[in-house]
Amino acid sequence: MHSFGYRANALLTFAITILAFICAIASFSDNFSNQTPSAQIQILNINWFQKQPHGNDEVSLTLNITADLQSLFTWNTKQVFAFVAAEYKTSKNSLNQVSLWDAIIPEKEQAKFWIQISNKYRFIDQGHNLRGKDFNLTLHWHVMPKTGKMFADKIVMSGYRLPNAYR
Amino acid sequence: MDWQGQKLAEQLMQILLLIAAVVAFVVGYTTASFRTMMLIYAGGVGVTTLITIPNWPFFNRHPLKWLDPSEAEKHPKPEVVVSSKKKSSKK
Repeated sequence: MHSFGYRANALLTFAITILAFICAIASFSDNFSNQTPSAQIQILNINWFQKQPHGNDEVSLTLNITADLQSLFTWNTKQVFAFVAAEYKTSKNSLNQVSLWDAIIPEKEQAKFWIQISNKYRFIDQGHNLRGKDFNLTLHWHVMPKTGKMFADKIVMSGYRLPNAYR
Repeated sequence: MDWQGQKLAEQLMQILLLIAAVVAFVVGYTTASFRTMMLIYAGGVGVTTLITIPNWPFFNRHPLKWLDPSEAEKHPKPEVVVSSKKKSSKK
C-alpha cells in the first residue's frame, strides 16, 4: 500500500470482488419469492382453416389471453418474455410446438394483461394432421434477471379441439 | 505514507467497502430497487477512493527514525570476506 497505484489497484480489485458477491446474493434472493402466475386462454373464433396448395394445414384463430405474471417480477428481474404455443401430438412426432403469439414484458405493471388477438405467427402443421386434432395451448415464460441465471416455466391449458373439416 | 499509515489505509479500505456493500444490499432489497443498491455501492466505492487513495496527512503520523550518518560510521558493516575465501578454496 506504499504508492498511489498500488492502493488504487487494491481498492479496485476488492470493490469488484464484493460487487460480484452482492450480485450473487441478489440472484440467490430470488429463490425466496413466492410465484403464483395464472393464465387463461379462450379461442373466440376459428377464422379460417385450410389446406395449403402444397399440402400443409393452416389455421387462423382469434385468441383471448388473460394472464397475471406479476408475481414473477422481483427486484432482480429485468424483463419477462412470454409466448403462447399450440402443442399437439402426431403419429410422426410426439410433441409439436407452434408459437402463436409472444410478448416482452418490461415492467411489473404490464404483467397483468388481457388481450384479444388473432395469432401473430402462422399456425401451420408440417403435414395434414390438424383436422379434429386435440391440442394444448401453453403459456411459456422466460424470466430474465438483472444478475444470475435465466429461468423458464409454463402453464399448460388443455382441452382445445380443431374442427373436423376445412372452412 | 509510513508503515502505520499503509496498514490503516488497507484496513479502512476493506471495512468501508464492506459497510457500503452491506448497506447497499439491505437498502436495495427492502426498497426492491436494484438501481438503488448499485448507486449506494458506487457511492461507497467513491468515498473509499477519496479516503484511502490520496496520501493524506493522517497516514504520515509515524515517520521512521533513521540513525544519524555519524552514528552509522561508528558501527561499520561487517565485511563479507569469509564467504569469498570458501569459494576460492573449493576451486
